[in-house]
Amino acid sequence: MITIYVPKDSAAVSVGADSVASAIAAEAVKRGQSVNIIRNGSRGMFFMEPLVEVATDKGRMAFGSVTASDVPSLFDAKFGAHSKALGLTEEIPYLKNQERLIFARAGLNDPVAVEAYQASGGYKGLAKALGMTGAAIAAEVTESGLRGRGGAGFPTGIKWKTVHDAVAEQKYICCNADEGDSGTFADRLIMESDPLTLIEGMTIAAICVGATEGYVYIRSEYPDAISIMKQAIANAEAAGFLGGNICGSGKAFSLKVRVGAGAYICGEETAMLESIEGKRGMVRPKPPIPALEGLFGMPTVINNVLSLASVPAILAEGAAFYKNYGMGRSRGTQAFQLAGNIKQGGLVEKAFGITLRQLIEDFGGGTFTGKPLRAVQVGGPLGSYLPASKLDLPMDYETFAANAAMVGHGGIVVFDTSVDMAKQARFAMEFCAAESCGKCTPCRIGSTRGVEVIDKIIAGEAREQNLVLLEDLCQTMTDGSLCAMGGLTPMPVLSAVRDFPEDFDRPARAQAAE
Amino acid sequence: MSLIQETDYGTPKSKSQVMVSLEIDGQTVTVPEGTSVMRAAMELGTKIPKLCATDMLDSFGSCRLCLVEIEGRKGTPASCTTPVAPGMKVKTQTDRLANLRKGVMELYISDHPLDCLTCAANGDCELQDMAGAVGLRDVRYGYEGDNHVAPKRDGELNFRWQPKDESNPYFTFDPAKCIVCSRCVRACEEVQGTFALTIDGRGFASHVSAGMDEDFFDSECVSCGACVQACPTATLTEKSIIAKGQPEHSVVTTCAYCGVGCSFKAEMKGDEVVRMVPYKDGGANEGHSCVKGRFAWGYASHKDRQMNPMIREKITDPWKVVSWDEAINYTAKRFGEIQAKYGRTSIGGITSSRCTNEEVFVVQKMIRAAFHNNNVDTCARVCHSPTGYGLSRTFGTSAGTQDFKSVANTDVILLIGANPTDGHPVFASRMKKRIREGAKLIVADPRRIDMVRSAHIEASHHLQLLPGTNVAVVNAISHVIMTEGLENRAFINERCEPKDFALWEAFIRDVKNSPEALESVTSVPAAEIRKAARLFAKGGNAAIYYGLGVTEHSQGTTMVMAMANLAMATGNIGRDGVGVNPLRGQNNVQGSCDMGSFPHEFPGYRHVSDDSVRNLFETKWGASLDKEPGLRIPNMFAAAVDGTFKGIYVQGEDIAQSDPNTHHVNEALTSMECVVVQDLFLNETAAFAHVFLPGTSFLEKDGTFTNAERRINRVRPVMAPKQGMHEWEIACRIASAMGYEMSYTHPREIMDEIASTTPTFANVSFAKLDEKGSVQWPCNDKAPEGTPIMHMNGFVRGKGRFMITEFVPTPERANRSFPLILTTGRILSQYNVGAQTRRTQNSTWHQEDVLEIHPSDAEVRGIQDGTMVSLASRMGGTSLRAHVTERMPPGVVYTTFHHPVTGANVITTDNSDWATNCPEYKVTAVQVSLSNQPSDWQTEWEGREKDNKKVAAQPLVAAE
Repeated sequence: MITIYVPKDSAAVSVGADSVASAIAAEAVKRGQSVNIIRNGSRGMFFMEPLVEVATDKGRMAFGSVTASDVPSLFDAKFGAHSKALGLTEEIPYLKNQERLIFARAGLNDPVAVEAYQASGGYKGLAKALGMTGAAIAAEVTESGLRGRGGAGFPTGIKWKTVHDAVAEQKYICCNADEGDSGTFADRLIMESDPLTLIEGMTIAAICVGATEGYVYIRSEYPDAISIMKQAIANAEAAGFLGGNICGSGKAFSLKVRVGAGAYICGEETAMLESIEGKRGMVRPKPPIPALEGLFGMPTVINNVLSLASVPAILAEGAAFYKNYGMGRSRGTQAFQLAGNIKQGGLVEKAFGITLRQLIEDFGGGTFTGKPLRAVQVGGPLGSYLPASKLDLPMDYETFAANAAMVGHGGIVVFDTSVDMAKQARFAMEFCAAESCGKCTPCRIGSTRGVEVIDKIIAGEAREQNLVLLEDLCQTMTDGSLCAMGGLTPMPVLSAVRDFPEDFDRPARAQAAE
Repeated sequence: MSLIQETDYGTPKSKSQVMVSLEIDGQTVTVPEGTSVMRAAMELGTKIPKLCATDMLDSFGSCRLCLVEIEGRKGTPASCTTPVAPGMKVKTQTDRLANLRKGVMELYISDHPLDCLTCAANGDCELQDMAGAVGLRDVRYGYEGDNHVAPKRDGELNFRWQPKDESNPYFTFDPAKCIVCSRCVRACEEVQGTFALTIDGRGFASHVSAGMDEDFFDSECVSCGACVQACPTATLTEKSIIAKGQPEHSVVTTCAYCGVGCSFKAEMKGDEVVRMVPYKDGGANEGHSCVKGRFAWGYASHKDRQMNPMIREKITDPWKVVSWDEAINYTAKRFGEIQAKYGRTSIGGITSSRCTNEEVFVVQKMIRAAFHNNNVDTCARVCHSPTGYGLSRTFGTSAGTQDFKSVANTDVILLIGANPTDGHPVFASRMKKRIREGAKLIVADPRRIDMVRSAHIEASHHLQLLPGTNVAVVNAISHVIMTEGLENRAFINERCEPKDFALWEAFIRDVKNSPEALESVTSVPAAEIRKAARLFAKGGNAAIYYGLGVTEHSQGTTMVMAMANLAMATGNIGRDGVGVNPLRGQNNVQGSCDMGSFPHEFPGYRHVSDDSVRNLFETKWGASLDKEPGLRIPNMFAAAVDGTFKGIYVQGEDIAQSDPNTHHVNEALTSMECVVVQDLFLNETAAFAHVFLPGTSFLEKDGTFTNAERRINRVRPVMAPKQGMHEWEIACRIASAMGYEMSYTHPREIMDEIASTTPTFANVSFAKLDEKGSVQWPCNDKAPEGTPIMHMNGFVRGKGRFMITEFVPTPERANRSFPLILTTGRILSQYNVGAQTRRTQNSTWHQEDVLEIHPSDAEVRGIQDGTMVSLASRMGGTSLRAHVTERMPPGVVYTTFHHPVTGANVITTDNSDWATNCPEYKVTAVQVSLSNQPSDWQTEWEGREKDNKKVAAQPLVAAE
């Protein structure tokens, strides 16, 4: 009997993993061979999905980009020498060269199997946390240097301490899994490949601050993540890792999945709270900060999926271990997501400090089209466009900020020379206009006017005056907006104007050519 | 006199006691912790530009005009959402802020019409003000872009543009002018609590939507006007402003509808009212209003309003218009003749709860001093007389114990026999707000009223009792409390009469009062009563609010006492957030009772047989006064039918419509020889009258109203009496014509006389009211500033007195012929007998009274929604349309009495409260059946409408 792993996460399934799995099952029956198919999660190397793995004495052997038609030949080759064979999974350089703390278990097991999770080192962090005081847990997380992975980079431990110190009848843990940034998928990957890490992280947060209820707010566009998370929560509860008496500690924490309704703005933490409360997703002013008056007006920890999923390793291995990774004030690892016009798209977890070039060239293998790279947008649709000249910037919150850019959630979208940056700038405004909650004026009206002004610039209409107007508008939006949606939209716009001015001068050039 | 501009501090006042000092533009200011930077600045007189902020609403932070710079903080935080901090240094004006504000205004104006000169809000537009304040000179975006302003764009229909919604009779909604500040939405939620409005769409598509993008009239909107008041632009505008333009002066006065007693600014052009705007400093309403007070004042100039005194010999004669002198002398002469023929006590009068304290005081004085008897009663007889009696026996005062604000500190509300969202909407908003904050609600009502469940509120327990079983329910609640040891012994021992308590304890603990024993009587499941009792006793501050569903029963007084017992047993008296609180029906029902309108009591509830009190008044008035109590209203009717009571002076009350058993009332009225009606309109009673004296509307009155929280509010005239004479003067002149000289030069002198004779009013004067806005009695040397909450350190009567409240069922029972129980009430848009509201556009919401009936009761009778049905009791019958609804429990039907043609009181019985004769409007056994014609009574009514209200053509006066 052979054990075969076929991922069931949505990335693998989208390129045929389900048909591969059924082809394997059918072929085994046909050949009278007994196989044990385990539907694991993806390892994050999306460019080689479906990545089928076979357990051997030497370890797990990988076969990349497998299709259903490959299956008979794989059986013929007894899952040995084959054109799709990639050798030992762990030796694939893309994976081997990563520093996986969050994603250490991603793709190893059936994502909802609690025993397998424990067998591969899961719930060590929780076990430690259960022996500590809340204050000590918060201190440990603070010491680790972990900062919010949603993009803002606020020290997680300090947030936890604020909630821990708040006196209230009820506290909540809310995980922001409304992963709406273009080119990002790390949250989905952890929820589909190793959801128990996230659950463990949330449980540790709950133990730390004294919360007994938690919510994972998952965007509706992630139906697989939603069902896998729900199953994982049910399994964790059945195994005593969630519920009224966690691991016999007498401490309680129950967790629920809340499904978003398709608004990007609900990824803004206060709008997410409104949405969880059953209201229209509108941004709340701060103060009061959610740590003191959050969900249903109670002290609430709101963390991104990756922040919470970083915690089990910090507790299990200690703050010093975690802090050892990274550079400057950016400690630990970040899950970089390579997307857009890139040859080897996928997830790369590396310590902060790695350069954009290393990520795009060493891991990503350059552009997909093979044309030269012209721009990279880092940190989602509200992140700056960086020109090729800035590829040697190290990934670090402060370095990026100093360069009018942001690390954000670690999404990296690559563009080649065919990109029109004026259109990209217009798109930034258009995206804001489509996704603005409509509460504050700069974002509500400004984004629509931004599209119109850029259109006028593109059309060559009073270009100089309109460029000044665009700058003024961006200033109004940056300083005047209620939240980061309107406040950061100018980042990609201004970076495009600043670093790619030639793209805003095209019709004039075209006219001149005539 | 000028237009009152109330300061808008931008955000609500902080309740904190901790003070914080900070520096704003170099000036130091000290404000309570939790105050916004915006409000702190305004305290200094520094106006930070703003559009989405207003002090009636919680801060929202959306317009981004109020951004400031704070030393040591990054960025430009919004001053409305940033609380002050000690030592904070704020700059409200810098170049950076100026540019930002201009940038924001430029965006606003890029999506706003430029028709300022012809706009209804011209001169009253915050957007216009802000454009001026920030110095906007240019909109560089142009006006050709995406917008909500123009019906067409680039020759195509502009899908964003929406036409003006004029569906509401009183205001318009013009989406093209909307700046999406959400003030209307927030006002609807936070102030009114109806949640009719929302913002639909996201981003630039965001727009205000009534209901599910319906027009305002079809939505859940209750037309309270809070949104219109909150709107900073012309988007929501009163139609009267559109028609007439901006007002030029305003006068603060008091609404003349319900017992909430809201303060309003009457905004005027000359002597014409342009609009009524709720006044933020009004103690009762604090800036909120309902559809009646805010909009339904047009009746004051309705064509039906009578402007001339009229007399006639017989009620079948047409009315003859006469001069005031002639009408007054005629009245005095006829009353004099009747007294000469039938005796001193053969005439009397009824005072009105609609009139001012001063007007009521002079009428009762006229009766006592000029008629020389005590035949004075008031319409409170038919509404809250059991409240006065019940509370004075148990606590020592004939009034509610709290101010309205108290509900903000209540944890458990027990609402019995009151429908505040319809009857007392502005108070209901306070109550709903508190419930949204977490207070628990127990509703005892046969109907599923809106308070049971509506937007964001839900009662923890709805005790859906059968009409007439209030006492059984409250006894059962007290039984549970006393037998489960949930009572407050410390309070009882310290504050209550031990002997009476011991008697009551033995009575209430008796198993006959257990919820299980009473379940078959009340039809409320015993388990629900037990749960409700535990919640009431142990849920924190518990307060009882009640209405006519308590008093208008044959056990009305017993029930008031039963509630007083419950409050005492649980220690819920004498502090903020608790109490026993009647929701009074009429604007001055408290005042008319206070003013000595009862046949046995002088002003201040002092018995006429008390020699010292009587001597006081005899000395003051220079007249000998009768020491025998006079006739109550029902006694007057009975005496009239018997032939011993022959003349009546009816001040502003339509007894022929509002009193029970119309047949009997009409018979009494027809038996009299002189019926004098003083009213705005030729009402139902006027059909039986010999003298008609036109009255003044509240817009012409000068005096005071006392609301349900004992708050004495000023009523200020905004115009001269339209019919030429103040009502207090009419009574004075009749008294004088009858030989008792009575004269005042100003109503303030009447109040001074009230204060000098009535200890609870000792320190009340017009000067004091003008200075303080209002005071709550008792207001005397012991409580110079008035008394918001009573019985704080001991009961007024000394110790609280528990009373035995045996449940004695009403004799009115359902049987095979009359199997259903009819109960009556009101709806939001109409007021009482509808004399006023029917003469306004409020009738758009409610054109006729309907009979609410449960589907199962309807089905067995073949009744469908909208079918005409006949409604018959042992007393009489009428016909009206049916409304089939599950609001009603099976076996109970319900109607309102706003329209005379319905004649709801043709049905009601002669049963009344054992102690006060308050009629039992709320329980009548009836049968309902299909009908296709008006009832006999209605045919008779229509005849009377034609025949008895005719006014003779006036003789032409030769031109000089």
